[in-house]
Amino acid sequence: MSLSKEEVKKVAGLARLRMNDEEMERLAPQLSNIIGFIEQLSELDTDNVEPLANVVDITLPLREDVVSDGNCGEEILANSQDANQGYFVVPKVIE
Amino acid sequence: MAQMIKGKTGEWEIVVGMEIHAQVIANSKLFSGASTAFGASPNSQVSMVDAAMPGMLPVLNKKCVEQAIRTGLGLNAQINKHSVFARKNYFYPDLPQGYQISQFEHPIIGTGTIEIDLPDGSSKNIGITRLHLEQDAGKSIHDQHPSKSYVDLNRSGCALMEIVSEPDIRGAEEATAYISKIRMILRYLETCDGNMDEGSMRADVNVSMRKPGDELGTRAEIKNVNSVKAVQQAIEYESRRQIDLLENGGTVDQETRLWDPDKMETRSMRSKEEAHDYRYFPDPDLLPLDVSQDWIDEIKKTLPELPDEKKHRFIKELGLSTYDASILISDRQRADYYEEVTEGRDSKMAANWIINELLGILNKNGKTIIDSPISTKQLGGLIDLIANETISGKIAKEVFVEMFISGKNAAVIVEEKGLKQVTDTGAIESLIDKVIAENPDNVAAYKAGKDKLFGFFVGQVMKKSQGKANPAAVNKLLKEKLS
Repeated sequence: MSLSKEEVKKVAGLARLRMNDEEMERLAPQLSNIIGFIEQLSELDTDNVEPLANVVDITLPLREDVVSDGNCGEEILANSQDANQGYFVVPKVIE
Repeated sequence: MAQMIKGKTGEWEIVVGMEIHAQVIANSKLFSGASTAFGASPNSQVSMVDAAMPGMLPVLNKKCVEQAIRTGLGLNAQINKHSVFARKNYFYPDLPQGYQISQFEHPIIGTGTIEIDLPDGSSKNIGITRLHLEQDAGKSIHDQHPSKSYVDLNRSGCALMEIVSEPDIRGAEEATAYISKIRMILRYLETCDGNMDEGSMRADVNVSMRKPGDELGTRAEIKNVNSVKAVQQAIEYESRRQIDLLENGGTVDQETRLWDPDKMETRSMRSKEEAHDYRYFPDPDLLPLDVSQDWIDEIKKTLPELPDEKKHRFIKELGLSTYDASILISDRQRADYYEEVTEGRDSKMAANWIINELLGILNKNGKTIIDSPISTKQLGGLIDLIANETISGKIAKEVFVEMFISGKNAAVIVEEKGLKQVTDTGAIESLIDKVIAENPDNVAAYKAGKDKLFGFFVGQVMKKSQGKANPAAVNKLLKEKLS
């Protein structure tokens, strides 16, 4: 399956990646190759095969409902580009 | 009783389905150990997991799973022993992960059904499609700065239950009954506090129109519907808008619309449209969730009597009307109050005193049954005084108001104010004699056939006794004397 430039543009938009025409031309065949590679799997008949979530036989561990984390606002904000009064500050987002 | 709307081309039927987001009552978040307490200072209840720092892994909170199962049982729903967490991908500043961990193809709770109570006293079943667990997003504040938004991640990662209904709801009245019943069930179960003002319960409403008997029409999804009243108003507005469109040759777009409570209208949220490609896939950080039948059974044992069970018991065993029963079960404390008062007493009398007198006066004073100045024991005491004819029902209402103000027991007030009912026939007879002597003309008119005057005589005797004469005795003796 080969991806059109339009499709690459849409996927890039959903992933919030900005790219120019030249980059899209270059990436379209690369992405098509990846999809082709994955599509080979559909040649196999998996009709009566249970989906496998993990190769090791373990179940999802559960946690007790205890407050054991938090109170680290300064560290949380340390990497943000802008912060004020304990809040993250971002460009205005409102409808 | 489907609600029909008349248009130019005939009757239209409103079809509604609802998605309710309910915050799960738990101490810590769905996948992290940060606190869920409301009102803390910004970003103080955020762990590295909630902030989506690289390398952090989610660990599922057992209590949240238990609460979802509890709610599923309360909705008479299928509990899926195998469920899967999936990533719902989208970008927004209050979603640091860039995806919400939710459940998609395999939710923890499947189909169920609840009963809604309508204002005319009838009931109707509404199907539940599913309930799944997911993370809440953070909160953005837009009024702190002209060109910036402020983001607080305290709510980010708190557990939500999304409860999806079938499109079984017909009109605004049924929709408000549905959301009220869901809230009631969640509160009985103590799985969500149901507080819509604080945002712990939020609704999205799907509205479409059709001619009766037709296939379902195209629906619009309305967001930001955050009170029971808004549910009603949004449906009323949106159904009108769609009928106008359809009857003027237009079509309804399948789109997301925003309810504006100030302008009382819905409007299109264009930005949501392009974001609707969520590319769900199973979260590779989490194994599927498997719950045992033993655990489900254990949770089942701890369920309280649910509102509908209680309602049916009140109707069947205590002989209450559907209307009275629906009012009494509408919150658990109210139902408990009623059961304590009615223990060993007349069930209808207890219901009447609570519904007609107590709830009225509480409401007028901005109180709920939890902070009632009249205890269940005290109200029971008052009802006993009426039952054993110490006071009449009319005097009892006076005593009741006095009890509400002073907090005193009914018997004390009756004693202090000398309100004891006069049942002594001799005393009543002498009052009757006085009334007869004072009103010779009326006596003559009554004897000449003016039956209506009987009420006048009863009134005069009651007045002379300052309301304390036993009305039944007055009636009986008057009849004898006047014949």
